[in-house]
Amino acid sequence: MSASAANSPQPAATPGEVQLEVRGVAKRFSSVEVLKNIYLNIAAGEFLTLLGESGSGKTTLLRLIAGFEQPSAGEIWMNGERLDPLPPYKRRVNTVFQNYALFPHLNARDNVAYGLRVKNTPANETASRVEEALRMVKMFDFANARPSKLSGGQQQRVALARALINRPQLLLLDEPLSALDANLRKQMQSELKSLQREIGITFLFVTHDQEEAMALSDRIALLRDGSLEQIASPREIYAHPATAYTAQFIGQTNLLRGDIRGSIATCGALRWPLDESDGPVIFSLRPEAIRICADGKRQNNEVKFRAAILQQLYSGSSELLEVDCGNGQTLRVRIPARGPLSGEHDFVFLLADAVRVKE
Amino acid sequence: MYSRVYKSVVSLPPLLWVGCFLLLPYALMFAHSFWVVRESVIVHQWNLANYKTLFTNPLYVQVLFRTMRIAASVTVCSILLGYPLAYFLAFHAGARKELLYQLVVVPLWVSYLVRGYAWKTILGSDGVLNGFLQYLHITHEPVAFLLYSPFAVVLMLTHIYTPFVFLPIYATLEHIPRPLIEASHDLGAGSSQTFFRVVLPLSMPGLLAGATFAFVLSLGDFLAPLLVGGPSSTMIANIVQSLFGAALDWPLGAAISVFILILTITLLFLSEILEKRWAFK
Repeated sequence: MSASAANSPQPAATPGEVQLEVRGVAKRFSSVEVLKNIYLNIAAGEFLTLLGESGSGKTTLLRLIAGFEQPSAGEIWMNGERLDPLPPYKRRVNTVFQNYALFPHLNARDNVAYGLRVKNTPANETASRVEEALRMVKMFDFANARPSKLSGGQQQRVALARALINRPQLLLLDEPLSALDANLRKQMQSELKSLQREIGITFLFVTHDQEEAMALSDRIALLRDGSLEQIASPREIYAHPATAYTAQFIGQTNLLRGDIRGSIATCGALRWPLDESDGPVIFSLRPEAIRICADGKRQNNEVKFRAAILQQLYSGSSELLEVDCGNGQTLRVRIPARGPLSGEHDFVFLLADAVRVKE
Repeated sequence: MYSRVYKSVVSLPPLLWVGCFLLLPYALMFAHSFWVVRESVIVHQWNLANYKTLFTNPLYVQVLFRTMRIAASVTVCSILLGYPLAYFLAFHAGARKELLYQLVVVPLWVSYLVRGYAWKTILGSDGVLNGFLQYLHITHEPVAFLLYSPFAVVLMLTHIYTPFVFLPIYATLEHIPRPLIEASHDLGAGSSQTFFRVVLPLSMPGLLAGATFAFVLSLGDFLAPLLVGGPSSTMIANIVQSLFGAALDWPLGAAISVFILILTITLLFLSEILEKRWAFK
């Protein structure tokens, strides 16, 4: 995909500045509180993903920003202008819908032209901008095809061109890839990412797929039961999950529950020194942070333990082990592929890799 | 796979039914339309005189045009009433949707005749409407054109056929995916642009089906002119009725019937083609 001058936005905010502000937004449907007191800032040009399970409120937040729902409390601001009292057609925000929502009675060209036609854009300008938009998403050859004649991926591209033709300041994408099969999905992910980089529009992307969120986003906002659990870059959120929920939702992890007493952390069979105050504690320890210690020696900053192999799942480049550290405490360990293992082995992990998380 | 015997045993009754009660009568009607009546006897002499009469006799031409005018008026009025109602129910009725739907459909269960007589009672010179107008001193004597006029026929037929127009329109409106409406607003279209660019085109198949119902059913109606119409609003079906009855001119009646039949089939066929063209998956 290639961007062009005609379809690039005129951002009202310079890259990096706050473009969208969600201030204390809540949404209630009759007695159900779908969103609770959400604060969120999105920077201009950012690719931000709202990640969460179904029912976490991520789509509702998107719909509030698009204007399809009204917040029960709080305000939404864009470029210093209050957004939430405006009807959807007056917001410089466009949406790519989950099932594309292409107009079935219009061909690809007329679908893309829709946003310009309703604003009475001159015909020749409409034609040239539509052509550019269709070329940008590589759909110019299908300009005359009705949506029913297009594949899911092609409909996706048309929907993208249709949403971008109005030069929005913010593009909302509601699980746009969820209807595509795995291969196409990977391809669309990378195209979406490079498109976003080229045209520089702020993307607010909704997904329940944490891998997709990791691959695409500048930052991930993880929602849980209508509240913001954590917002951080993919690397940050993976390396330093704030809560046990985040640690489990993003990637795989071992949650170690235990106590600190007298500067010693004890989680089942594992013990290591930790200079923190006494009390119950939870650690997240990623499977790949643990490795087999062939010589049985550990460094000062490492924790060593002995465990028996329960199960070994081979996945090409790596293998996932399930090991028993005694007393029924099992851990998952991801190591580079190295052939079948059995019996007891010594394992080590870096102290710093056991990340303390909240419940 | 079913045996041959089974297939013929199963298909024979319906075929017989269609043959005896549909094809045979049509064939008889078709044949009659080419015969003549001489001295009150039908003579089996093949000719086109009946069709010539139908298209040249000013009486029949006038009635034919009046019938189409009335049918067209009924169609337009039913759409003007039925479409907004269907639109309101589909998009804005909320929790009252079911109740309102039933209110629209229930009159369909009331006998056509009862509704006809009801209009007679309402529109008559000492009827409910005239009584009300005089009570309010809007008029001082009964308004005559209310009953026994083409107006009364259009009014009664509109009342009767509006649900037929409403139902298919409502069905298509209900099936328009709501994200399409949201997408239209999202792209900058207000309510009226969204209606004319998205809702109306997508509801065309229902609108067309409803219009066809109203037009075709009105075209063949003979009870409304009989009950509330009077001589100035005789329709083509009344002519057919009298030709087969009092006038005893079956061949001319048959020719008119054949003509109406062809007209109706053509309309149904055209509407079918258009509906298919406008049906978007």
